[in-house]
Amino acid sequence: MNPEEINDNGRRNFIKTAAFAAVATAACGSLACSCSSKNKVTTEKIKLLSPDGEIVEIDSAYLNHQENMAVLSQYEQRQGIPGKKFVMVVDLARCKNARKCITACQKWHYRPEDTEWLSVKLMKDSDKAAPYWFPKQCFHCDNPPCVKVCPVDATFKRQDGLVLIDNDRCIGCKFCMAACPYSTRVFNWDEPEMPMDIRNLQYSAENGLPAKVGTVEKCDFCPDRTREGLLPPCVEACPNGVFYFGDENEDTVTNGDETIGFTQLIKERAGYRFLEELGTKPRVYYLPPKDRQFPVERGYENLDSTIKERFKDIMEVKTIS
Amino acid sequence: MELNTYQQEAFNYQRPNIEKFEKRNWIWIIFFLLWIIVGVYALYLQISKGHIVTGMRDNVVWGLFIVNFIFFIGLSYAGAIIAGLLHLFKVSWGKPIIRLAQIMTVISVIVGPIFILLCVGRFDRLHHLFIYPRLQSPMTWDVLSILTYFVGSVLFLYMALIKDFAVYRDAKMNVPKWRQKLYSILAIGYRGAASQKRHLIISQNLLAIIMIPLAIIVSSILSWIFGMTLRPGWHSTIFGPYFVLGALHSGVGALIVAMWTYRKMYKLENYFTDKHFTNLGYAMLVLAAGYGYFTFSEYFTSWFGSAKWDNDVINKLFNPAEYGWWTLLANLAGIVIPISIVAIPKTRTPNWITIAAFIMVMGLWVKRYLIIVPTLETPALPMQDTRIEYVKYSATWPEWALTFAGIATFLLFFTLISKFVTVVPVSELDEVSHKHHVNPETVIVNNEAVQPA
Repeated sequence: MNPEEINDNGRRNFIKTAAFAAVATAACGSLACSCSSKNKVTTEKIKLLSPDGEIVEIDSAYLNHQENMAVLSQYEQRQGIPGKKFVMVVDLARCKNARKCITACQKWHYRPEDTEWLSVKLMKDSDKAAPYWFPKQCFHCDNPPCVKVCPVDATFKRQDGLVLIDNDRCIGCKFCMAACPYSTRVFNWDEPEMPMDIRNLQYSAENGLPAKVGTVEKCDFCPDRTREGLLPPCVEACPNGVFYFGDENEDTVTNGDETIGFTQLIKERAGYRFLEELGTKPRVYYLPPKDRQFPVERGYENLDSTIKERFKDIMEVKTIS
Repeated sequence: MELNTYQQEAFNYQRPNIEKFEKRNWIWIIFFLLWIIVGVYALYLQISKGHIVTGMRDNVVWGLFIVNFIFFIGLSYAGAIIAGLLHLFKVSWGKPIIRLAQIMTVISVIVGPIFILLCVGRFDRLHHLFIYPRLQSPMTWDVLSILTYFVGSVLFLYMALIKDFAVYRDAKMNVPKWRQKLYSILAIGYRGAASQKRHLIISQNLLAIIMIPLAIIVSSILSWIFGMTLRPGWHSTIFGPYFVLGALHSGVGALIVAMWTYRKMYKLENYFTDKHFTNLGYAMLVLAAGYGYFTFSEYFTSWFGSAKWDNDVINKLFNPAEYGWWTLLANLAGIVIPISIVAIPKTRTPNWITIAAFIMVMGLWVKRYLIIVPTLETPALPMQDTRIEYVKYSATWPEWALTFAGIATFLLFFTLISKFVTVVPVSELDEVSHKHHVNPETVIVNNEAVQPA
């Protein structure tokens, strides 16, 4: 497959997914309807916006209707969403440690307050440098040290760029946690508390539910939502539009409010990847905290005293100097 | 089986040790079993409540269990290399201690892997290692190599035991029927015929040739579990040889301590002679120097290069408020003490050498702790976690209980095996190795002991 074909495929899938969202909500709205409408030629035309900015009309019969919350096969879970290559850009100039991303993530994945798949660190690169807030989720590396060391293929790299974990297979050796240089992974040290209906779900690596004791888990870029054309909860929840999420094949990322070309954004704002020198090739890019929207103290002031405690060292140094 | 007079003497001397089960043996066994029971209770807690009962958390994901794993597996590799070398080079003074080294190999390769299993979150899924193996993972290399090594070391010990089993079978010992039968089965019909002798010797030689490189390979693979990650303090090209040397060093120490204990317990002064202590003491001295050299290279290059992440670990290791005192202690105990005690002629006695060996083995255990924990406590990103147990590792009582249960299992095996086979191999002994104790100055001429004029 040459790059153009991939691009084409990606485009087609983007259209399909976007159309599905439209169909599912506007036209049908129910699961039964979206199933039965398969392959029947209808007169219904749907307007779509192509990535080139043109408006096209497509018969709804040509669109790929998917079942909501469909149970995916093991193979599909490990293969990934065809034609996609997910990427994230984090704009450090916009983050003020509102921590809405964290709570949204915990809510979506039914994780307790202590379990942070996504965390916001207060970073200070050198003595004289100004501190800044640094949201950090899994980087879904293209050369993932965690996947390399897994002895049972429980954590794997998909063709859509995601690194996921199969908690039905994980033996809990924690080698991946030792190997990850970004401290991304968390372990279920005891039986995770989950609502009863979630606990009884069939396990899916795409959302890590239900969580299992003695296994490793981490940020998964929410493929269960992206399959439906939705953005991950952290992206949606951020009040400042810090996170841009999208598809590298389409070269587009969006933070919900604005949609920008990925390459263009990285080029103009001098995007970089954290600890590039380790050679892990992360799929998360950072935009340096230039022209900040908020002073760094704003993210500190309204915090819970327990969370405030975490950043004490760096904040106090700041106030003294 | 025909025995010459020296072998017969050695057998008669040790015969009561395996025939009688004395009161003090029972006391020891019950003592060890009590520790094991406490360990089993800790294990029950760990399985029923999850790993929350350990001190391990998301940053320090490996703790005491992995430290013990490296420690015991290290003893095992050393046993194989020592026994292999003594066998291959036909070192005559080494004959009485080969079995001890082989026993140590087998016992510690049983106890060591138990600890890595304790570290695994899901006991119920261990079979996944075999049904979904991923060859790219250093953990899979470890599973394969340790299993191979286990089989090799059991065979190596067994081969060396066959002749002795034939001796026990023919001696009509005063032991229960089932044991007599077992000896006879284990002797697999060995009668000392020329062809049997030849086959046995060839097999043993081959195994010795296999076991030495195998122990080096397996020890390196163990180090690669750490060396293959990107973490400072682990990600080092010298980690393979460093671990091989560390294993040999601690193994020689453990062998000295085991020799001393058996010598006291079974009055084996005629077999485990002062010469054995001195010679193993010299080996310990050389290995300590080598280990010190590796340790110095490792710390010095890291410190001098002073890359930020490397430096964080070095600072943690040398800061008196963190691990500074432990680093000092481990290096004093593991390197300086064994060298000084063996180097000074006055302290070059079995008792002193054993004390040095014991301190050194403890020191190397601490050294392993210092390899594992400080590195894990130093992630690339700041932790910024208020939960103290996530920031700093401190082992909990179930971890200690399981550690002591492991040590108790190790010692229990040593006690039991000395009641099943003679600690000094009788059928391998010859005049030379036996007679050494008479006078260290004795000169050997044509296999006959001659007193110097």
